[in-house]
Parts: sequence; C-alpha cells; structure tokens
Amino acid sequence: MALLQVKNMRKDFDRLEVLKGIDFELDKGEVLAIIGSSGSGKTTLLRCLNFLETPDKGQIYIDGELIFDAEKDREVSDADLREKRLNFGLVFQSFNLFPQYSALKNVTLAPSLFVASEIKQKKATAYKEYLKNIFVKGSLKKFREERAILGEQSKNLREDIEKRALKLLDKVGLSDKVDNFPCELSGGQCQRLAIARALALNPKILCFDEPTSALDPELTGEVLKVIKNLKSKETTMIIVTHEMEFARNVADKVIYMANGIIEEMGTPEEVFGNPKSEKTRAFLLKDDLSGGKYGV
Amino acid sequence: MSFGKVFLALLEGFGVTCTIFILTLLFAIPLGLVIAFGSMSKFKPLRYLTRGFVWVIRGTPLMLQIIVVFYVPGLLFKVNFTSRLMAVIISFVINYACYFSEIYRGGIESIPKGQYEAGKVLGMTSSQIFFKIVLMQVVKRIVPPMSNEIITLVKDTSLARVITVVEIIRQAQEIVSIYGILWPLLFTGVFYLVFNGILTLLFGYIEKKLNYYQG
Repeated sequence: MALLQVKNMRKDFDRLEVLKGIDFELDKGEVLAIIGSSGSGKTTLLRCLNFLETPDKGQIYIDGELIFDAEKDREVSDADLREKRLNFGLVFQSFNLFPQYSALKNVTLAPSLFVASEIKQKKATAYKEYLKNIFVKGSLKKFREERAILGEQSKNLREDIEKRALKLLDKVGLSDKVDNFPCELSGGQCQRLAIARALALNPKILCFDEPTSALDPELTGEVLKVIKNLKSKETTMIIVTHEMEFARNVADKVIYMANGIIEEMGTPEEVFGNPKSEKTRAFLLKDDLSGGKYGV
Repeated sequence: MSFGKVFLALLEGFGVTCTIFILTLLFAIPLGLVIAFGSMSKFKPLRYLTRGFVWVIRGTPLMLQIIVVFYVPGLLFKVNFTSRLMAVIISFVINYACYFSEIYRGGIESIPKGQYEAGKVLGMTSSQIFFKIVLMQVVKRIVPPMSNEIITLVKDTSLARVITVVEIIRQAQEIVSIYGILWPLLFTGVFYLVFNGILTLLFGYIEKKLNYYQG
C-alpha cells in the first residue's frame, strides 16, 4: 500500500484557484520531484501537505489511514493539527533557522520540548495519584520515588536527543559547526542545518520547498549531495525543485505541474526522456535552452 | 542653606522620583505585553477597543491623565485616593504600558512569518513558538526603542508634582521659594543626568549581551 495518497486536493486563495485537483501516490522510500514554472502551485501543494495551508477540498491518507479530509476537518483543534503535521517534515527555501540558538540547539529544540511536555504530564498524573492517596501511609515516599524516576528518564531522553542531533549534524557534514550560530554559517551550511533539524523529529515524509533556490550556484551542490545521500529505503521525500539534473538523477517519480494541475507524472525517464504533454515538452525545452537551469 | 542640606533634601525628593520610576517599570512592562496582545487580537471588538484605548492614552497629555486619575474617582463615586503617590503611579503605569505595547507590537510583527511556520512544522504549540522562538528575538529588537522610552520616563516623573507629590523638582522649587536661592533647582539636572547616564550604560551592556547572534 502506498505510504502517501493525496486525493483531489484543491486550494483557492480568494478567487484564485491555485490547486485544481491534485491526485498522486507515493510509496515508502520513494523520492518524488515536483517541477514546474513559478506560480504553478508546487509550493502551495507542499504547504497543504504540511498543513501550513488548509486544503479546501480533498483527502490525505498515510499508510491507508485517512489523516485529513477537507469535508470534516475544516476546524481541527491545534493539538490534532500538530499530530497530523508530524507525519511530514519541511525544509524551507529560506531556511527559517532560529537565529538565537546554536546549530545543535536548532536541531534539539523541538524534540526536547516534546520530551519536556510528556514528562510534565507524567509528573502531573503522579501528583494527582498522590493527592488521591494523600492519607495512605507511604504515598509520599512513592510519589517522591516516581518523581525521581521521571527526572532520571527526562535526563536520559535529553541525552539521547543530543546524541541523535550530533549524529544528524554529522550526516549533513556540520559536525564542526555544532556550537555556531546560524548567522555564522554559509547559505549552504544553513540549509544543511535546516535538513538536520527537519530530520530530528523522524518524519515519515520529508518535504523540500526549493531547497537550493536561495543559494549561490556554487553552494547548491553541497545541499543536493546531502539530499541525495538521505535517499534510502526508509526515507520518503518530496522535493520541489528547479534543478532538473538533480530531479532526473535522484527522483523515482517526477510530477510536472502547470496551472494547478498535474500535467504529467511518471518516472524521470518518461517525463524527461519522452514527455507526452506538449506543455511539459515546452517547459523542458526552455530549461534546456537556458543551460539546464530553468528561469536563468 | 548649605550645599549639604540642599543635597540631602534633593536626595529625599529623588527617592520619590525613583519610586515612581521603578514601580512604573515593574507594572508597565508586563501590562504592556497584555495590551500588545489585545491590539493584535484576531477578535475584532477586543482589537478595536484596545487600539481605541491606546489612542486616548497616547493622544492626551500625561499631566492631564494624572489629574483625571486623582480627581475623577472622587467626583464621580466619592472615593478619594489616600495616597497621591498611588494615583501618580497608576496613571504612569497605564500611560507607559500603552507606549510599551506599541513597541512590543512592532517587535512582534517584525518577526518573519517563517519563524512561526518553522515552529509549526516542528510540531510546537503556539505558546512554545512564542516563548521559545519569537520572544527572545523580539527582546533583542526592542531594546533600543525601550531604552529611549525608559529614559523619557525618568524625566516624566517630574509631572507628579501637578498633584503635589514631592519629587525632586517640587522639592527644589520649595527650597527656591523658601530660601530665595535658584541653584538647587538647576542642580536637580545633575541627578537626572547621572541617573540617565547609568541607565544608558546599562542598556548598552544589555544590547552588547544580546549581540551574540545576528538576525
């Protein structure tokens, strides 16, 4: 069964139809590249998947389970939305790193907040339990013990998070920049840090929104290499990109979007080698003429 | 009257000045945040009400507000302030909270949307996003305008004398009218200068401390 299924997704901004019914499936471990000219709805599609925008129509299934249905979920609670979001990770075009935190803290912040709130909840439950049995002998001692165990647990979990973060930073080639602040990193390093941050929460599907568009040409290579290295049986990725060569080499599936619909979908060989649609052909030709980089 | 005696008398007045200053800051800084949230609320009536209130407070002189706070409760409800200082502090807190709220609002709205979105996609709650990501960046951005406002507050405390709270200027005026010497009034400027000098150094230090990152 497909890991991700998107059915008939539509999104309007006021009267402008940006997505006019998007359907696609993605298997576990697959890399999907979405290409297309600016304004074709690629970014909006990605933002809808991450619930930064709420789709007006359509359903999203993960592992066959309906996680979002526009008909029912117009007004979902914040907590539900957070849970749904965690299926996806998103790497932004403009990085959006937290400037006041070191590289390491950027990666550990979200997971440690999770652990902190979980432990807090458990402590609250233990306290309630204690209040219930306040007159039973030994209940205070039991409560104190429980609290100590939880404290120990939280410490261990924090250590694990840090270890994992260091591993991730190593994976993206930033093990020597652990204590540096984002302002001290180059654009390429910033984007690699953003990738590590997105991986820290173990999303089922990692999305990239034009990850190299804000970078100087000489820095795009290092970022693309990191993304390429992430490819494995376990990681499923959706990459919105203007880097045709990259899409061709890395993707298992390519979608060409135009005017809010999927104009063409298939393997890279099919889409790049033998495009069926006239529009795709024109788009790729324009890209070829401009030296392989669309829009330059 | 000897210099020592004048100095001590002025110091006493300066104590009142400092009391007004410190208590105003203590209450206006958090109250300003509440007002800032009100003026950014998605709930329109609350937003318009708060903005209207800020308009009134910023649109009228602080001197008039002190008079209103002190006299109007007595005129309308026959409740009088037992402490004039209290009335002064209440009006100062309200006035300065409104100015601070606008500085906070500017700071909060200047944080790029991407910071909120990054927090959201990482599964953070709204309060986590505000306290762990946004607030620190806001603090860094608002230190210069806040220090400006706080230095103005030091000097505005002299308005307290409109309801005969004896702060340093009023104290000096009394000395002038009793002993017929002018220099004590001029000498109050030294107190203000020294105090503001210390504050300027303090804000400079804070700015430098927050400069460990850019952006």
